Amino acid sequence: MLKTLLQGLRTPLTEKRPQADPALVALAATLDQAARRKLGRSLAIREVDAGSCNGCELEIHALNNAFYDLERYGLRFVASPRHADVLMVTGPVTKNMREALERTWRATPDPKWMVAVGDCAADGHVFADSYAVVGGVAAVIPVDLVIRGCPPTPTQVLRGLLTLMEGGGNPP
Amino acid sequence: MTLDTILANAPRIETHQPWPCAVVDPVAWQQMAGSLAAGELTLLSLWGEAGRIHMAVLRDDTPKVAVLSLDCPDNCYPSVGRLHAPALRLERAARDLFGLEPVASPDVRPWFDHGRWANEPAPAYGFLPVEGENLHQIPVGPVHAGIIEPGHFRFTCDGETVVRLEQRLGYVHKGIDALLAGAAVPRALRIAGRTSGDSTVAYGFAFCRAIEAALGIAVPPRGAALRGVMAELERIANHLGDFGAVCNDAAFSIMLAHCGVLREQVLRCAAACFGHRLMMDRIVPGGVAVDLSPDGTAALLGLLAALRARLPPLVTLYDETASLQDRTVGTGIVRPALVRRFGAGGYVGRASGRDFDARRDLAYAPYDIVRFEVPTRQDGDVNARVWIRILEIEQSLSILEQLLKALPQGPTREPVEEAASEPREGMAVVEAFRGDVLVWLRVAAGRIERCHLRDASWFQWPLLEAAIEGNIVADFPLCNKSFNCSYSGHDL
Repeated sequence: MLKTLLQGLRTPLTEKRPQADPALVALAATLDQAARRKLGRSLAIREVDAGSCNGCELEIHALNNAFYDLERYGLRFVASPRHADVLMVTGPVTKNMREALERTWRATPDPKWMVAVGDCAADGHVFADSYAVVGGVAAVIPVDLVIRGCPPTPTQVLRGLLTLMEGGGNPP
Repeated sequence: MTLDTILANAPRIETHQPWPCAVVDPVAWQQMAGSLAAGELTLLSLWGEAGRIHMAVLRDDTPKVAVLSLDCPDNCYPSVGRLHAPALRLERAARDLFGLEPVASPDVRPWFDHGRWANEPAPAYGFLPVEGENLHQIPVGPVHAGIIEPGHFRFTCDGETVVRLEQRLGYVHKGIDALLAGAAVPRALRIAGRTSGDSTVAYGFAFCRAIEAALGIAVPPRGAALRGVMAELERIANHLGDFGAVCNDAAFSIMLAHCGVLREQVLRCAAACFGHRLMMDRIVPGGVAVDLSPDGTAALLGLLAALRARLPPLVTLYDETASLQDRTVGTGIVRPALVRRFGAGGYVGRASGRDFDARRDLAYAPYDIVRFEVPTRQDGDVNARVWIRILEIEQSLSILEQLLKALPQGPTREPVEEAASEPREGMAVVEAFRGDVLVWLRVAAGRIERCHLRDASWFQWPLLEAAIEGNIVADFPLCNKSFNCSYSGHDL
């Protein structure tokens, strides 16, 4: 039993830490330094799907697998916005989800950050012209960090989050 | 009047391919609704457009599929849902999108339209009344606790036991039908490929097959084989993810860890071979956009060997862990009769005895040249849906091996000529990991006039309401994950 349980997980699978994305450094540097000191080097993330096709969700899920192992960086997904420091939003923000997103944001205690993940959350992407979407998170709530991609790979998401957490500094 | 007499006598849409499309009158339409209710036909889909309603039906005889179109000059048509409940939500959606009224329908509440498209205050939604002593309600969502899609579940409970679940969906409605109308084919393909991200290969596959049917394009053998390779990789990746996630919802997280590793290896292999982890936008009209290199073939064969070595111990672990079986066996049972009535596809249907797989029963390239079995079970519980996935992974590995070892040489893509200017209609059904995806479209001069995408979830979501009845609230995540319906694919 124990052999089966551990088989395949014994050899280390974890990826090396990705380098910070220079394009995101300037954005992250604008974050409030004092708030960051209070939070330390740990962030609780609440994910909200605001109209995604679920492709972004698949890749965000992958952050928890043994290759990316998100928690080793002090990053973890939480079940309630009341426990969260970061709201991670995917999708072009459908009009049917707008209020739910706004209420989730209001339920998140300060200090808090908004991260838009994926091309849809950035600007609506292929759904931008629809009567049923707002067209990106920034049209509803100010966004601190945009991680582009359709969907972004887990490495791209991780790189963005580490940049956010470390205020733009390059990782050691 | 039977379907055969209708097909023999009613005027046909001559350009509709590959299955016949008959223009019917309201009397014939109602008789077909009766045939659906009597179980002689299975509803494949029902959709609208300006001033017209369509339905697609499936049966055992030839032709297996037929489309019936009814003109609605006053925007009214006889409700199919009145006699055949599986049509109800489709009729509500067609009413929201095209203003078509299903006359005498028992349920005309809005479905996609939450009253928010015009930026006005939204009206309250009328949930069905529940009466009885000692009942309490638990409203859940649209924002859920996990990293999943949004939707609302209204549980009515007697103590711990769920006596009714009512779903309210439509939160991720993006207006895909309207975006597709008038779109040039390449843009429409990108949108179709983002209907449900976990099935992006299946949607691209179905959309392109519908275009090829409409325009009479033949896909070269190598292109068809590579489509099959991508479709089976997608199926394996999703089934692995679901296998781990169902066990994780029973607090057996080690399975999620193992399956997560295997799934990641599949996605990495897909990225190495086809240039995208989820293989989005790789299938194009006429074939595929990328070829597979000899190194890629070798990498995929290596992946097959690794999965064949690593999966069996996990299956044994699942089967021999009593605490896990205690949660999955006998939980969330769907009766075979209900599955047949709803024509539910995929593991939901096959776990309850519905022996249907579009790859076999509406065979298309490359599945017409490979051998595989379609596993079915009769028990219809969470355990059965897990087992169908396990058995399907084994079948997919076999299909992949057959395709890769006999990969045809030659071009991967047939050039698509500038399309005819007169409208042509095409249709395709493709087996996605979750069940059959249907695409129906009308194309003219290289642009989509109308395109309807029907996810397998349409006929699975209502069965989840039935599956949870009499189960405890704490088993809902297990039941829900064992269905793994798409919100986005349904909400469009």
